Amino acid sequence: MNHLPLIIKREYFTKVKNKSFIVMTFLSPLIMIALFAVVAYLSQLNNDKERTISILDETGYLEEVFQNTEFTTYTNLNGLSLNDAIALVKEKEDYGLLYIGKAGSLDDVSGNVKFYSEESPSLSVISGLEQQIEKRLKEKKLELDGVSLAQIEASQTNIEIAQESFDGEKSSKIDNVVKLAFGGAAGYLLFMFIVIYGNMIMRSVIEEKTSRIIEVIISSVKPIQLMMGKIIGTSLAGITQFVIWVILGGVLLVVVSAIFGIDLTQVQTPQQEMVNQAMQADGSQAMAENLIAAISNLPLTNLVIAFLFFFIGGYLLYSSLYAAIGAAVDNETDTQQFMLPILMPLILAVYVGVFTVIEDPHGTVSTVFSFIPFTSPVVMLMRIPFGVPLWQQGLSLLLLIGTFIFAVWFAAKIYRVGILMYGKKPTYKELFKWLKY
Amino acid sequence: MNDLLVANSVSKNFGNFKALNQVSIAVPKGSIFGLLGPNGAGKTTLIRIINQITMPDEGAVLLDGQPLKPEHVRDIGYLPEERGLYKSMKVGEQCLYLAQLKGLTKTEAKARLKYWFDKLEIGDWWNKKIQELSKGQAQKIQFIVTVLHQPKLLIFDEPFSGFDPINANLIKDEILQLRDEGATVIFSTHRMESVEELCDHIALIHKSNKVLDGKLNDIKRQFKTNTFEVGLESLNREKVFAEIQDKFEVLPATFKNLNDDIKLNIKLGEHASPNDLLSFLTSKAEVHHFVEVIPSASDIFIQTVKNN
Repeated sequence: MNHLPLIIKREYFTKVKNKSFIVMTFLSPLIMIALFAVVAYLSQLNNDKERTISILDETGYLEEVFQNTEFTTYTNLNGLSLNDAIALVKEKEDYGLLYIGKAGSLDDVSGNVKFYSEESPSLSVISGLEQQIEKRLKEKKLELDGVSLAQIEASQTNIEIAQESFDGEKSSKIDNVVKLAFGGAAGYLLFMFIVIYGNMIMRSVIEEKTSRIIEVIISSVKPIQLMMGKIIGTSLAGITQFVIWVILGGVLLVVVSAIFGIDLTQVQTPQQEMVNQAMQADGSQAMAENLIAAISNLPLTNLVIAFLFFFIGGYLLYSSLYAAIGAAVDNETDTQQFMLPILMPLILAVYVGVFTVIEDPHGTVSTVFSFIPFTSPVVMLMRIPFGVPLWQQGLSLLLLIGTFIFAVWFAAKIYRVGILMYGKKPTYKELFKWLKY
Repeated sequence: MNDLLVANSVSKNFGNFKALNQVSIAVPKGSIFGLLGPNGAGKTTLIRIINQITMPDEGAVLLDGQPLKPEHVRDIGYLPEERGLYKSMKVGEQCLYLAQLKGLTKTEAKARLKYWFDKLEIGDWWNKKIQELSKGQAQKIQFIVTVLHQPKLLIFDEPFSGFDPINANLIKDEILQLRDEGATVIFSTHRMESVEELCDHIALIHKSNKVLDGKLNDIKRQFKTNTFEVGLESLNREKVFAEIQDKFEVLPATFKNLNDDIKLNIKLGEHASPNDLLSFLTSKAEVHHFVEVIPSASDIFIQTVKNN
């Protein structure tokens, strides 16, 4: 008799109808968006407040260096004495006064630059100013050596190394960033999913034990059916929650930005502006084009299919272990000692993914960890955007499936015995013995 | 084929611990079969094997002459000792779910639930959550769920725990009625008075071995010691007492009586008949009380467990 659909249905609806689940599902995106809106609103407040920085340049080297921007106005106080300038700035309640003291030569300027302000200025403002001064001084010095401004400008070359694999696949730096983002997001999503919904499965097994209904149930169905039903039902509930989060989050984002008139994609803080100015960004237009090109460069079909398989495989592998833990103990506080061996490889996988895959996606460490079943789902998902040979993906998946089957067998054994055991917390030795019952 | 359930030399080990050692039982159709034994004797293990929750290491269990198959869960209704329900699930939903797990369709289950809910007058519980019910109320639900799919074999492990005397009686009558309608019942309990009241067969398991089984009356006959409880009235108590003691094995007895009698348990030899004893006694004193001592289920239980 196949009761699996019935069990899945019950597990699913019990989860979905649970009050705290509903609250979590609808409140989480609201809270997230509210937070986002508050941050955006606050930064907009900041934007509205224009900053005035007064300049007192006694050297004359830095004329026309500081150009007014949307949020920052520079006032020139040349001619005033330092004390008068400070008094004036204080009275006007300006952001601060940049003072460049008299210097005999260009080389002496560096020791004579000061910034006076009421409160200590933000780091980005200072470093923005520093970069602008440095750039001008460099130009001046070169000019002194007989290099004209035009020559300097002409000497500036922007190098971007075009990357191409032996197969003729082109990529670029931004490609790599996009790949990392995709891989990282996929790996991290899997990690979060396992931790959140694995725990949910574990709790639901413990609940059946503590409410003593388990013996009634398994006199009707096989324990493995119950376990699989639980895992699948809870996963479906999890997917439902995730989908609602994504949809609700998207809708709310649009609504909120419409209401508050905040263009969330264009939120730019004065800090960013400063930095951009200093960096002389070569136009965001080209950047966006590169980005789109990079995304379309990704092996999307491979990515989607691999994501599905590794996600499902990895999730089922871990959740069956969570179910086994739930069966082995009587209450949640006893789960700690068994959680560690599960979380360790998972966390290891994320670390390997974040640190090693970025450095060298096809290096020995990354490759090895993308084969070990307990880390492979996360690490492989992070590697795939960089292009992993199909045979490697296949082999890794095969290993994963093999381990998954073994884990389900193992978990089912523990589960079958554990759900009927009450009283003391079992040791690892006892768990091992259960395998032979 | 008169036995609904037969267990043939069933053994089960948990690691080095032998939970059941070559246990065989036969449960006749339409009987109430008492499965007795001290705590930890192996009763629950045997019951779980019958329910296919655990598999025996050796031996086989036959239901209606066939080795147990997964389909047989429909034919068995099991009320475990460790029982409970999903606390936050509604009564109706939960009953429907459990009934469907036993193979009933939703409509069938609904119709039968309505019948039982009306019978036990609990129709208004349908939309309550289990956690809103008292323990006894939850037990009633549990009972209904156990019998709902009209199984051939009903297994009750301590069915009366948690019930007040009125509800315990109600459930007892339901069990008897189910038996009369053709169900076979395996009944495991430590309450010997309900064994006395309900069971026609018993089996006693002690330290993983079956030490006793058969019809309750046969076993009682087997255990009776040809002892008679007598109450005598006489003016010369010491003399009468001495004369009886000369001829028979005598023990003091206690029972309630109106008169200040000599109260004795007199054990007859194997060949002596009660009539001989009675005529001897009437010649010596006035007989007010003369009853054969029949061992109670409790006596049999204690004696068997102690001797093993």
